[in-house]
Amino acid sequence: MKLIKNAANRLVPNLINGEEQIPFKGIGKYKPSGRMFNPKIKSCADYPADGNKIVNSLKEALKKSGLKDGMTISTHHHLRNGDILTNILFDTIKEMGIKNIRWFPTASFPCHSHLIKYLEDGTIHHIEGSMNGPLGKFTSEGKMKGVGVLRSHGGRYQSIQDGEVHIDIAVIASPTADPFGNANGVNGKSACGGLGFALADSEYADNVIVVTDNLVPFPCVPWQIQGNNVDYVVQVDSLGDPSKIVSGTTEVTKSPDRLLIAEYVAQFMEDAGIMKDGFSFQAGAGGTNLAFALFLKEKMKSKGIKAKFIRGGSTKYLVEMLEEGLTDYILDGQTFDLEGVRSMRDNPKHVNTSPFTSYNYHGKGNFASIVDAAVLGATEVDLNFNANVVSHSDGYLLHGIGGWQNCLFSKCTILAIPSFRDRIPVILDKVTTLCGPGELIDVIITERGIAINPNRKDLLNSVKKSSLPIRSIKEIQKEVYEICGGAPEKPKLNKDKIVAVVKWVDGTVIDSVYQII
Amino acid sequence: MPEVKKASAGKCGDKVRSDCFVEIELTKTGGVKSTLISKVDSMYGESINDLIITMSEFFEIKHANISVEDFGALPFTLAARFESAYKKLRPGDVREFLPEVNKKNLYTTAKDKLRRSRLYLPGNEPKFYPNAGLHNPDGIILDLEDSVSPTEKISARYLVRNALCAVDFYGAERMVRINQLPMGLDDLKFIIPHNVHVILIPKCESALTIKDVEDEIKMICAERNVQNDIYLMPIIESALGVVKAYEIASASDKICALAVGLEDYTADLGVARTNEGKESFYARCAVVNAAKAAGVQAIDTVFSDVDDMDGLRNSVIEAKSIGFEGKGCIHPRQIKIVHKAFAPTENEIDKAKKIVLAFDEAKKNGIGVVALGSKMIDAPVVKRAQHTIELAILNGLLNKNWKK
Repeated sequence: MKLIKNAANRLVPNLINGEEQIPFKGIGKYKPSGRMFNPKIKSCADYPADGNKIVNSLKEALKKSGLKDGMTISTHHHLRNGDILTNILFDTIKEMGIKNIRWFPTASFPCHSHLIKYLEDGTIHHIEGSMNGPLGKFTSEGKMKGVGVLRSHGGRYQSIQDGEVHIDIAVIASPTADPFGNANGVNGKSACGGLGFALADSEYADNVIVVTDNLVPFPCVPWQIQGNNVDYVVQVDSLGDPSKIVSGTTEVTKSPDRLLIAEYVAQFMEDAGIMKDGFSFQAGAGGTNLAFALFLKEKMKSKGIKAKFIRGGSTKYLVEMLEEGLTDYILDGQTFDLEGVRSMRDNPKHVNTSPFTSYNYHGKGNFASIVDAAVLGATEVDLNFNANVVSHSDGYLLHGIGGWQNCLFSKCTILAIPSFRDRIPVILDKVTTLCGPGELIDVIITERGIAINPNRKDLLNSVKKSSLPIRSIKEIQKEVYEICGGAPEKPKLNKDKIVAVVKWVDGTVIDSVYQII
Repeated sequence: MPEVKKASAGKCGDKVRSDCFVEIELTKTGGVKSTLISKVDSMYGESINDLIITMSEFFEIKHANISVEDFGALPFTLAARFESAYKKLRPGDVREFLPEVNKKNLYTTAKDKLRRSRLYLPGNEPKFYPNAGLHNPDGIILDLEDSVSPTEKISARYLVRNALCAVDFYGAERMVRINQLPMGLDDLKFIIPHNVHVILIPKCESALTIKDVEDEIKMICAERNVQNDIYLMPIIESALGVVKAYEIASASDKICALAVGLEDYTADLGVARTNEGKESFYARCAVVNAAKAAGVQAIDTVFSDVDDMDGLRNSVIEAKSIGFEGKGCIHPRQIKIVHKAFAPTENEIDKAKKIVLAFDEAKKNGIGVVALGSKMIDAPVVKRAQHTIELAILNGLLNKNWKK
């Protein structure tokens, strides 16, 4: 393995876990040729004519799928921190004596710290997905056997479609399914909303196992996961803890500082002329994101403005906007509360989407770039507007990328972040880990002022008369350094040991994550 | 009395943010040994260790075990906790380790400054300090009194002193609420030298209290060569205080406002505090009346339900209607609503403009009696209209040169 300096000036390895890599070449620069990955041809003659694909247990399904050492197993994260199935899955794999699995989740949550023992004993070789909380700490300390790979939701779809990651067995937790394998996430006691993140897995994996705790007779409609892609169906008592899958209600932040940031975001969208009839925006469920949508809603109401669509992360607040006629559609990637699940189930204008439609970079367009404004978070930004979402300033991996990289392609990408947390400045000279290049990040909104990327002269002009505190990013940084007692020292990292890499949306490697000393 | 060898200050625990816990044990030999556990170790570990060394040298600590558990405390907090632990060991040491003065804080105030909102910050909670001014209150009160538990009174003084030096108030009037006398008099040494603008005096019941505070301030100002004006805001919080309201309000020309505090007042009456406030209506009117008689501002109590924004708005409109000019805030989200509710309405401004213009016109023509439409306008009406115009300008609702 050797290290190569990529187009973002970051050192990245040419080999990861024995597989050759392409360093980041710049935005829109890398265009692979050839054909996409082909799943195997199957014949329905090999499947029960009565459509009943039920097998007795997960173990039996894994056996029939030919589970062996070194395979790639995928799961999805629609059950969020309530997921029990993934933990049971690896308990079963361990029991079967299988080793060196590449775990390929769409994201991980603190509940998956259960899997640390399987990373330690070699059942799991490494994770390609997100390494959140305890798994991130484990990885950062250099304890994982292989090198972790972090991808965005869109990048994950791209990697499957392009054949970078070949899934041997996909295990799809399905809140409702029929014996044929048709499945959805809007019904059943473990209802989670959409199942879009598992779509690629169902289409491209060699073996697809649907696991449900709500088996219904054929046909299970809607069938977001189609039984024609499914090999086996397993019935279990419970997929997870419903209270942690979706919250009863999503709470808006009470922090006065975050609310101030959210107010600035809404006012920015109004003053910059983004908020106009037929506009669109992205809103998630993070504290500040939820709040900005509420402030924006008041502004829309008082000016009689209607959005064409809101891209979610849906919550009851977005559902209210849909039902009050303030938006024509919700295009939903994941559903955060019960009201969101109900709306997706009952309202045809609340549309479930997948990373293919929303985020995949290797397609004939994707609608991330149609969205007028995306409001996102970050752990760090730098003076060139580059941003980090996966690690903190102490070097530890703590979060996944989610759809963050994909959303950067919106017409106006806004990072709504506090200028410092406790004594941790957020605006640095250089981000610890590069996840998003500054040329895609337009506005940084903090409680101490709003910095607009100097490349966006149009935006700078549009808010010339605004009462908002528009400042240079350097000025905000200077003020925060004064508060925190100077510039922070850099984390002490072992530059000889790469513990994970961050992929860009096109599959190239944008940065490396190093072991903490 | 045996010599105290070990003392601590600050907070620790899972929920603590932007604070720290410092423990100092004086030893006979071995030099200064320190241990640091910090949430921001990789970023500011060296800087924290430097501060520990600098402060040990400053206070001539020769031999000690010092342990610091840090949860992202800013430098002014670390220094306050260290000094406060140290002074418990050597209370006789009068040296002060002051943070560098933030140059953005060297502004002054005026007696008749707008005081619509004043945001209370608990004196022992440093996490609220750095961002308070961003919410644009007219004043920020660092509170040494009711929000500080009796065991933390001394600690809070160091923190409030350091905050006055180091924290940017973003233009808000710099206020401190001292403790009830006599403790309140000891508080003053910690705050008077650091460009404080207004001292709030709680549970005021006589002009003597004001005199005591004023004398102490004068003494400290002379000793420390303090030049800036420092104003006083007595708070009336008892039945006796209400009776003495005018005596208090007129006790000193440094008094800029008279405030009322209803939690203690209703307790003094032995009644419950209700939303309608029938039980305190007399007291509030008495305070307004005393303030106006003495020519100072009348300031209302706090609205304590931070989730009830409609209730807050209504309470400010009611307060304004009986003559109050300001309201206490216990949450930054209350500030904007308070400002809006105190501001004159569009109707009021329009009417006031017409009256003032008609008055100007009459004066120009040498006519003594002013008429607007069919109504006669006399001097008090004009005075009220001029006040409305002033408020509209201060609230940014009217251009200063509106006549042009």
